[in-house]
Amino acid sequence: MRPFTYTLADDAPAAVRQATVPADAHVRAPVQLMGGGTTLLDLMKLDVMRPDAVIDITPLATARYGNIEASTTELRLGALVRMSDAAEDPAVVRYYPVIAQSLGLAASQQLRNMARLGGNALQRTRCNYFRDTSYAQCNKRNPGSGCAAIDGFNRLHAVLGTSDHCIASYPGDFAQALIALDATVEILSAGGARSMRFADLHRLPGSTPHIETSLAPGEMITAYVIPAGPWTRRSTYTKVRDRESYAFALASAAVALDMDGATVRSARIALGGVATVPWRATEAEALLSGKPLDETSATRAAEAAFAGAKTHEHNAYKVPLGKATLVRALLTAQAMEL
Amino acid sequence: MIDGNETGFSRRTFLASGTVATAAVPLAAQAKGRTMDQAAAVRAETGVPITLRINGGNHRVTVDPRTTLLDTLRERLGLTGAKKGCDQGQCGACTVHVDGRATLSCLTLAVAAQGRDITTIEGLAAADGTLHPMQAAFVDNDAFQCGYCTPGQIMSAIAIVHDGHANDANTIREAMSGNLCRCAAYPNIVAAIEQAAVQMKRG
Repeated sequence: MRPFTYTLADDAPAAVRQATVPADAHVRAPVQLMGGGTTLLDLMKLDVMRPDAVIDITPLATARYGNIEASTTELRLGALVRMSDAAEDPAVVRYYPVIAQSLGLAASQQLRNMARLGGNALQRTRCNYFRDTSYAQCNKRNPGSGCAAIDGFNRLHAVLGTSDHCIASYPGDFAQALIALDATVEILSAGGARSMRFADLHRLPGSTPHIETSLAPGEMITAYVIPAGPWTRRSTYTKVRDRESYAFALASAAVALDMDGATVRSARIALGGVATVPWRATEAEALLSGKPLDETSATRAAEAAFAGAKTHEHNAYKVPLGKATLVRALLTAQAMEL
Repeated sequence: MIDGNETGFSRRTFLASGTVATAAVPLAAQAKGRTMDQAAAVRAETGVPITLRINGGNHRVTVDPRTTLLDTLRERLGLTGAKKGCDQGQCGACTVHVDGRATLSCLTLAVAAQGRDITTIEGLAAADGTLHPMQAAFVDNDAFQCGYCTPGQIMSAIAIVHDGHANDANTIREAMSGNLCRCAAYPNIVAAIEQAAVQMKRG
């Protein structure tokens, strides 16, 4: 690990001012905010991340950033809430099960105890060509160097949202729940507070895979706000992995349904493990809207969700696996007893 | 039984001196082109004085900001119970309690652990040597083979009982999935936790 200075933040605006660096620095900015540190320290040990300064923002959890606030109209999750606390919060479990499940099925108990929600959504890809600096080619790590995964071992890589420059899969689970439930992200900048749709937070790789989010260097996520609706209780997260626990998704689906009997009033669907960013399957949602939900219509929706899939040598299995995962999630949500 | 420390010679001090001697040659050979590491060494010497509260006692130590809690426990404070397996947060051998929560000490900076209550495997047994019910249950159930992962397993196991995740074999397996055992003693580990959970609930 390279040397860095460590600062304990006691004031959020001051931390953000200190972390604000030139706008072209992006995710390898020389000043990094650290919550649980489970991704950042790992990548610093691997020499992928090389900050000169680390600002520990966990002391700010004593303010509102550490709170879970549920009202009749919305759920507000502070950015410094621990994954394990959100996964077991009674209001989250009861009224937003897709959020509780996405967090509870992620990582291990120790990591869930440490990692905070703000950083969770920003976790970096597990692409081995990104994580292993002995590979010269990685457009995320070294812009313009090429992509070793496209012609490499790409069993775990994305089939949706890829480009000729990057096929790295977005590894998280929680983000799929947030994008499916139309969450908003609250952000603190040096210039003050702002917010954006969660759907606008992550950027498709395109020709600039090193720019992963719409956050400017130094900006800090302070909370996620999730609007309540009849669909939030009928929601579920289905995750398929190489082993039954403590693994990243090969395919996953976050589903929230508003039902009128057997007919879908509205469906909210997001896919994980298969895309370069948290992926909202709007085509599948449109196909289900106003239609009866059964295995046939669910399968048709899944076909639509993966119509644009682009596979590589080792990851073609993700298309049928992803479809089956979505069908199972839809039927599981429909069968939920509320 | 002869205590190695009483003879002024222990396996650990032997290993430490042996390492220094053998490491000297390759380091000298690589000296050219290691300017980054030399700069790091300078920064390391300046260090940060910190106080860690471990097993109920305060420990003052000066560390480079890069030093993990795991390395501080093992290399600076002689608390070698927590083990270094992967050093990447993937195996759980380094698990300790921070404010009662099972935490990976390899992904925790020592400087970030100030002001927290840290418990390691060394802090479990009573002053008279009576084992914690979880330690005793691991012995009773033969819940280890080589034993390298055991301190981490036991620290996680105690935390999941306190957190209410040890209700049955399935919830135990899920809550313990962050602790790998390469000898695959898993069935006995689950049995040990089921036994200790009952005893711990009785108090």
